[in-house]
Amino acid sequence: MPTVNMNVNGEAVSGEVESRTLLVQFLRETLRLTGTHVGCDTSQCGACVVHVNGVSAKSCTMLAVQCEGADVTTIEGLADGDALHPMQEAFRDNHGLQCGFCTPGMIMSALDLANRNSAPSEQEVRDWLEGNICRCTGYHNIVKSIMAGARAMAAGQGG
Amino acid sequence: MPKDGIGASVKRKEDYRFITGQGAYTDDIDRPGQTYAVFVRSPHAHARIASVDTSAAAAMPGVVKILTGADYAADGLGGLPCGWQVTGKDGPMVEPPHPPLAADRVRHVGDQLAVVIANSAAEARDAAEAVAVEYEPLAAAASIDAALSPGAPQVHDEAPGNLCYDWELGDKADVDAAFAGAHHVTRVELVNNRLVPNAMEPRAAVAEYDRATREYTLYTTSQNPHVIRLLMGAFVLQLPEHRLRVVAPDVGGGFGSKIFHYAEEAILTWAAGKVARPIKWTAERAESFVTDAHGRDHVTVAELALDADGKFLGLKVDTRANMGAYLSTFAPCVPTYLYATLLAGQYTTPKIWCGVQAVFTHTVPVDAYRGAGRPEATFVVERIVETAAHEMGIDPAELRRRNFVPPDAFPYQTPVALVYDSGDYEGTLAAALADADYNGFAARRTEAEARGKLRGIGLSAYIEACGIAPSAVVGSLGARAGLYECGEVRVHPTGSVTFFTGTHSHGQGHETTFAQIIAERLGVDIDAVEVVHGDTSKIPFGMGTYGSRSLAVGGSALSRALDKVETKAKRIAAHLMEASEADIEFADGQFTVAGTDKSVGFGDVALTAYVPHNYPIEELEPGLDETAYYDPANFTFPAGCHVCEVEIDPDTGAVEIVNFAASDDFGNVINPMIVEGQVHGGIVQGVGQALLEGCVYGDDGQLATGSYMDYTMPRADDVPSFTVSTRTTPCPHNPLGAKGCGEAGAIAAPAAVMNAVHHALASRGVSRIDMPATPARVWQALNA
Ligand code: FES
Ligand code: FES
Repeated sequence: MPTVNMNVNGEAVSGEVESRTLLVQFLRETLRLTGTHVGCDTSQCGACVVHVNGVSAKSCTMLAVQCEGADVTTIEGLADGDALHPMQEAFRDNHGLQCGFCTPGMIMSALDLANRNSAPSEQEVRDWLEGNICRCTGYHNIVKSIMAGARAMAAGQGG
Repeated sequence: MPKDGIGASVKRKEDYRFITGQGAYTDDIDRPGQTYAVFVRSPHAHARIASVDTSAAAAMPGVVKILTGADYAADGLGGLPCGWQVTGKDGPMVEPPHPPLAADRVRHVGDQLAVVIANSAAEARDAAEAVAVEYEPLAAAASIDAALSPGAPQVHDEAPGNLCYDWELGDKADVDAAFAGAHHVTRVELVNNRLVPNAMEPRAAVAEYDRATREYTLYTTSQNPHVIRLLMGAFVLQLPEHRLRVVAPDVGGGFGSKIFHYAEEAILTWAAGKVARPIKWTAERAESFVTDAHGRDHVTVAELALDADGKFLGLKVDTRANMGAYLSTFAPCVPTYLYATLLAGQYTTPKIWCGVQAVFTHTVPVDAYRGAGRPEATFVVERIVETAAHEMGIDPAELRRRNFVPPDAFPYQTPVALVYDSGDYEGTLAAALADADYNGFAARRTEAEARGKLRGIGLSAYIEACGIAPSAVVGSLGARAGLYECGEVRVHPTGSVTFFTGTHSHGQGHETTFAQIIAERLGVDIDAVEVVHGDTSKIPFGMGTYGSRSLAVGGSALSRALDKVETKAKRIAAHLMEASEADIEFADGQFTVAGTDKSVGFGDVALTAYVPHNYPIEELEPGLDETAYYDPANFTFPAGCHVCEVEIDPDTGAVEIVNFAASDDFGNVINPMIVEGQVHGGIVQGVGQALLEGCVYGDDGQLATGSYMDYTMPRADDVPSFTVSTRTTPCPHNPLGAKGCGEAGAIAAPAAVMNAVHHALASRGVSRIDMPATPARVWQALNA
């Protein structure tokens, strides 16, 4: 079985995987980072979104071996100790989650948007979320959360 | 009032673990020595199983055990039970056996007939593919029409003509007489499209057996673990409750689909006893599509009789409802007791008749999905009322006003068995119309026309029966269980509180809402309260979460348990302050003696209860831990009005929701932020039903919409933001005055959207369009 090496949430990790092992399986099963979820089998729902080398990627649609040498960030890697990331705070403050299952993917996806666009409009947020499905919130509060989170991130960097 | 008490939009206590990736959903659980299960499922809608050969699969790497329908039958265990009985015109419903693993016949695509257990999920999957099943395919009846046609393939030998029951409510002759005097009769034909619930967390289970204690544990994605324990223990596997623990940990959405007792739960538990290692099963999404109970699937013809002033004289509703291949746990009650009884809507319609034929088909079982029967009823009532208004040239809002049950008429006995508790239908209508700027619609339509767009506005004044349910009433209706709720308030020696509830939270925020009630009542800090749910080994009992019942019934159990805590704490406080119990007052966490400055804090009383050195020990037991069971006196009746405005592009048929306003009466509200979130989510499920979602089976019973590539889930760019508000008439018969809010959006929205779509298309001569009103359908209707 091939061995794969990558940086996950700032730590060097390695593990034996089958060539068919998906990145999400490696994260959930080998590393026991279960914050990244699997909601579908057709790359549609975005519950599995992580960052690979700083941009959002569906970890159900990448092989673990494709990430050899990559920097991977998962939802577990966002908070700095007890200090939540501003996007995490924004989801809590704006009731951007209900069951929480889509939430890690939503937050990771939102971060990528905020990194590209520090003040996205409602329509820009809605368009960006094309690849993320939520069955609970009706998106209303997710959109609010992401707009607020992006603003908070920009303010944090500015100040 | 404490700042985190009743009525405050407290940020949710549960969110921290979810936003940091620390939620513990069933698939996140790994047990030592765990194996993995993959089910072998029928690719045919209907077939005889000629043979199942597991020999090649059993020899594959990592395979631990393969069990088939024959093995299950050999153990002499039970089938999956149905929780409700409906008695039709010709006697009790037909209730065919539902084996958890099929042995001789499969009845829908996805029907399971064997399970492969292996050391890894990949090995289990590989071996499952190597199980050689010889099928003799049989003709299938994949729709209501096909199943009811003469000579149709039979789903069950026990159900001739595929009829489960033929049921009616009301006196048809009486209603016919009302129609005889009508000035106008409006008739509609409606399809309530079949939906797939699609909670984002796929169903999953982990089962294990402890040889030392002979105890079974099942972790499962359930909305009601005690119900699963009861059904699976008593009826399927014959395991006593004291040796069966069912845990529903964090659950990623349910919407009804995780109420039911599913075959996989029983098979995993049964198999865990045989392999003596933990077994995990997690559905793939494709598997969810063909095994999670679906929702809706009605075909209806309805007629409304009106007098010259637009007063409703009578309503006749004839519905055929798809049950799928087997009766799921709640299925028979959905198109009957949760449907026909709501056909009065918000109106004084004096005479109502409803007939329902429930039909078996070679499709996935159909059961409760967010709203369960009540969305179907609202769709009938609100589509026909709006249609009648347009036919008679009366403004749809005005026609509704002329027929509303007036605010002073409560309690109001409808002709279809229910007694409405309270409401102000004109109030929610007026609020929704104001928020939607109903009066400005004509100008907006003119402006849209100038841009080449068709604009329409539609109303939906819905009502639902929630807070399920008074046990005696539902017992007389055929429920095989009581529908009370249980709560235990355990005050700890230092005054912090753990609340154990029989309801289950899978997104609703109980850990916050219930904590707010406790903070308010006991004057403790909300962070000193922990809410525990979902584990039969911790909670005395519970009927779970569905039917918007958690606050109205579970919250009432909490309220009653708090009453008991307060009563006992007052006696302790009276002893401490050497006063008479009758003089003790309790507010903001302080016990005081009326007319004096004596006081003692709740924490001191709690400590005294557990360190009873100075204590009325001869009259009072130590401890401060109280349990209450609450059986509601009546259903609750949330109601309101949703107004939807759409714009249709006639060139593409695309429908855009340009405005959506909702005014809802949920009784007293504990956390407005959470309530609004529930409404948003429900509206989008309703919009999904109206415009996007639809489960399509081919005539051969193959599911054509079996993935997110084919089944259109609402996405963020399909919907706008919403204007939602609440108006309150408290529920008069439960201690919190709460009615429930979980389903309103999904109940109200489909009719509001479709009324708007029909309104927009009317100017182009389109009179009927079925849900989902996809661009293709709209374009075809415009170009017919
Ligand atoms: S799990 Fe659905 S897109 Fe990755
Ligand atoms: S919060 Fe449940 S799926 Fe999004």
